[in-house]
Amino acid sequence: MKKRIATVSLAGCFGCHMSLLDIDERLLELLQQVEFDRSPLNDLKRFTRRCDIGLVEGGCCNEENVHTLQEFRRNCDVLIAVGQCAVMGGLPVMRNAIMHSDDPLRECLETAYLDSDKVYNPSNQIPNDAALPLLLDKVYTLADVVKVDYQIPGCPPSGDTLWNTLEALLAGKPVELAYEQLRYD
Amino acid sequence: MESRIVSICRRYADDRTRLMDILLEVQRELRGIEPAAMELIARQLGITRVEVEGVVSFYAFFSRRTKGEIIIRVCDDIIDRHAGGREIAKVFVEELGLAIGTTSADGRFSLEITPFLGMSDQAPSAMVNETILTRLTVQKVRLVCARLREGTEPRDLVVHTGDGNNSHPLIRAEVNNNIRLAGEVLLCPVPANAGLRSALQRRPQELLAELEESGLTGRGGAGFPTGKKWRAAADTAATRRFIICNADEGEPGTFKDRVLLTERADLMIEGMTIAAYTVGSDAGIIYLRGEYSYLRPYLESVLQARREHGVLGKNIGGKQGFDFDIRIQLGAGAYICGEESALISSCEGLRGEPKNRPPFPVESGYLGFPTVVDNVETYCCAARIMEQGGAWFGSFGTDRSSGTKLFSVSGDCARPGVYELPFGITVRDLLDRVDAPDAAAVQVGGPSGEMINMSQFERRLCLEDLPTGGSVMVFSQRRNILEIVDHFLEFFVEESCGYCTPCRVGNVFLKKRIEKVRKGLCELEDLAYLKELGKTIAVTSRCGLGHTSPNPVLSTIRNFPLVYAVLLKEHGDGVQASFDIQAALEESRRLAKRRSMIYDPNYDEA
Amino acid sequence: MNKPFKFEIDGIEIEAQRGQSIMQAADEAGVYIPRLCDTEGLEPQGSCRVCVVKQNGRAVSACTQPAIEGAKVENETEEILGYRRDLVRMLYHEGNHLCPICEASGRCELQAMGYRLGITQATKYPYLQPARPVDASHPDIVLDTNRCILCGRCIRASRDIDKKHVFEYVGRGINKRVGVNGNKLAETDVKLNDRAIDLATCPVGCIIQKGRGFFAPIGERQFDKKPITLGVGPGKNRGKS
Ligand SMILES: Cc1cc2nc3c(=O)[nH]c(=O)nc-3n(C[C@H](O)[C@H](O)[C@H](O)COP(=O)(O)O)c2cc1C
Ligand code: SF4
Ligand code: SF4
Ligand code: SF4
Ligand code: SF4
Ligand code: FES
Repeated sequence: MKKRIATVSLAGCFGCHMSLLDIDERLLELLQQVEFDRSPLNDLKRFTRRCDIGLVEGGCCNEENVHTLQEFRRNCDVLIAVGQCAVMGGLPVMRNAIMHSDDPLRECLETAYLDSDKVYNPSNQIPNDAALPLLLDKVYTLADVVKVDYQIPGCPPSGDTLWNTLEALLAGKPVELAYEQLRYD
Repeated sequence: MESRIVSICRRYADDRTRLMDILLEVQRELRGIEPAAMELIARQLGITRVEVEGVVSFYAFFSRRTKGEIIIRVCDDIIDRHAGGREIAKVFVEELGLAIGTTSADGRFSLEITPFLGMSDQAPSAMVNETILTRLTVQKVRLVCARLREGTEPRDLVVHTGDGNNSHPLIRAEVNNNIRLAGEVLLCPVPANAGLRSALQRRPQELLAELEESGLTGRGGAGFPTGKKWRAAADTAATRRFIICNADEGEPGTFKDRVLLTERADLMIEGMTIAAYTVGSDAGIIYLRGEYSYLRPYLESVLQARREHGVLGKNIGGKQGFDFDIRIQLGAGAYICGEESALISSCEGLRGEPKNRPPFPVESGYLGFPTVVDNVETYCCAARIMEQGGAWFGSFGTDRSSGTKLFSVSGDCARPGVYELPFGITVRDLLDRVDAPDAAAVQVGGPSGEMINMSQFERRLCLEDLPTGGSVMVFSQRRNILEIVDHFLEFFVEESCGYCTPCRVGNVFLKKRIEKVRKGLCELEDLAYLKELGKTIAVTSRCGLGHTSPNPVLSTIRNFPLVYAVLLKEHGDGVQASFDIQAALEESRRLAKRRSMIYDPNYDEA
Repeated sequence: MNKPFKFEIDGIEIEAQRGQSIMQAADEAGVYIPRLCDTEGLEPQGSCRVCVVKQNGRAVSACTQPAIEGAKVENETEEILGYRRDLVRMLYHEGNHLCPICEASGRCELQAMGYRLGITQATKYPYLQPARPVDASHPDIVLDTNRCILCGRCIRASRDIDKKHVFEYVGRGINKRVGVNGNKLAETDVKLNDRAIDLATCPVGCIIQKGRGFFAPIGERQFDKKPITLGVGPGKNRGKS
């Protein structure tokens, strides 16, 4: 039976997904071994059944990220944090370190939407539509929220790195990366 | 300000190695060492400001901002906490209208927490400038605050002075000795200078042999053979050698050096003098912890009296050419300065960081000269050995741990205080003497030692089994073991010098995980995490602090597994129990003025 | 007296001179012991502990521990690699290391040590995410202390080589930092051509030279293809490659 894979981008930039497409013609090889379930690659928005592997890009910056991540954890046997954002927060996590004030979230939003001289925002309002998920008090890594089985560092990890990791996991072998394939940037 | 600082520096001959003393005086006179003052000191000593700042920022009793005229430091060791120290701190907060760690707007008061004052046998305690207050109660604190507000000088807060020399006019402290059991070596009556007289009639080589025969081992905790140490210092070729007495007594739960400094100061100095004669030294230092600065005037007077009696200074005991004098170096609130090489750094006016070893202090210590660093009690023992002989001393104790030992017992017992007993007595024996029928756990050797359970009370206090520098803390069934562990880790995080990675960072991780365990947010695999992390810290750290800091965790996992077992849960669903979505959303709900569509079940009703 | 002697590292015989550290002797024999706080030309400090080895069974820092005749030293055993991974992770989690936007990425010794040790496993350590200052006051130099690993190399270079003592540790424990001689870097007499500011001195991306950087394209940076090892590290025109 084909293994099932689900993927998602949380607080990420889709760069890690793009990198997955970078495996080029090996994508066909991959598709012979696996079937994609919930994933932006096939636009499936819900899990159709339990999956063997879940690839998660991006950390958690809002409630919807948390919800999705918990769903992934529930539905995937092996959960993999893909990319620096998922592993350690990535660029979004800068708000944690910089925002050590009494009212960090407000300051963050005001800087992003009102105060910074780089902002163009004629309405002069911070977006607050009922449909917008609430922001978390800070950015969390995947491992802060759920248990993570593997992590693939990199921003993004190269197509080769992703391919080799998946290949090993699908074959039930330990993941071994060549020196050039392990990167934190 | 400028002229005051310049004159302080001049008094120490603009000597960079006396920076500790200079900073202590500047701190006392100006109540703080602000950047401008650091700049002046630096210029005067010919160093850079950041070097001065490096030292100032290392010690808890120095501050880069101006502090209040009266600094109140409430003791926060675990025994004081169990005795109500936290409530005491709260009363100070209320009475002075000051948060902990702040200074009042009028510059009158600063309120602080300090990790250990050395008074756990009379907890809760606090330090008001240099005055120690013990057995504090809510009423007493209110009275103290009222009197301080009226302008009473801190030293006039003492109404009832303690026993023995605590009532000496130069001490006048509210402190009690609490000597519960005097043994045959140290706390019994001792003749003045008998050991020194006997030593001066013999050759140094004979004294080394005597010391080795006695089997005396260091009383500061590590248990190194004293004879071997003195011999190494004597054997190292050098133009000068130094004798240092470690009176830093920072291990929480230890207070026996306090008692010796109060009641056996002469004997201790006699021991240092014998050491000087034995290894060939002309200068010594007593490193007195800042918390015990109330003892300083008295100790100075003892030194002076000895000079006058010809047992210190020039031609000691009439022996031509044997010159030896001692200065007191005050510390400034850093536990790590009890570690011998950090202590030497501190005496040299540096940040109190341990030095790389080798070379060991006996080869290259204070200012690069061979240096003997021994504990207060060790010097006292050495003096008695020279008087009574090594064989006599060796007749007490066990094979590898000879002599008697002072145990500082505190916690849940009826008779806390100092007990002098031969090495090798069982924990149970000691517990009987201190009257602790409901003891459920005993911490031997302070936070860096081992926590044992009831089934281990037959174990013996000695190097062969349970080593201790003297600290024995008794805990009854009522106490929360993990609260104690957490508190000890807090102590190590606070007191790590930060020099090396594993101790500086690893201890923070240990503490964070123990906090999670306490909240019931951990699983079985977290035990493996704690053990592994603890091992990395213990193995790779650079000095004794890091080598032992994981002990509270590792020894309780070993000896109190059930305490952990009841708190660890299997969650199974793969979510981290420690992640609290409700708390993470609180801020956002407030700012957006709406609730969560996902995590607020009654979203629609809002 | 000064007769050379021998000892073993992982079974390889090494010749040493009296007074040499394990690290010096190993370097001369071409055996690499990982290191971060130690670098050519500066006094060894013994603080990062990454050079931990076992000498006759006792864990010591190779950069400060004298070699002993006949000793057996363990360097690359699984146990020791495990400690080193833990130590490198501790440093990584202590500061704020956003490699994707770091100028030093690709020539950073901390990162390279992570690669060499193959740190990929899901780490359990928390990220401390401290709030640390960036000092860009100086016309030529930026100090981004978020990336400082407290190796003290800048301190020793400035003190012992430049004779300026511009940098020094301040604070203690987890609050220990590298301070500068003044309220900000611009107030000090530090200069771009000081040894303390040399690219070889700071092993990470904490001391950055303004207007320079990103010396090599991705893929051709110093540690992109080859692991950090002897001679690749400090003192060898890092960044130029
Ligand atoms: C973190 C740390 C704190 C220490 N504190 C003290 C102390 O307060 N008093 C003391 O005598 N020894 C202390 N020691 C032990 C000293 O390093 C040293 O072993 C001792 O002063 C030697 O004297 P001794 O041989 O007479 O015991 C401490 C050691 C460490 C690692
Ligand atoms: S790790 Fe890099 S590529 Fe991947 S989502 Fe984050 S920012 Fe994008
Ligand atoms: S173990 Fe701790 S106290 Fe000792 S040198 Fe390292 S950081 Fe400092
Ligand atoms: S200093 Fe090194 S580890 Fe830190 S962010 Fe830069 S490249 Fe990464
Ligand atoms: S600034 Fe760089 S060289 Fe200096 S201590 Fe930090 S990491 Fe080391
Ligand atoms: S290189 Fe030896 S401790 Fe850092």
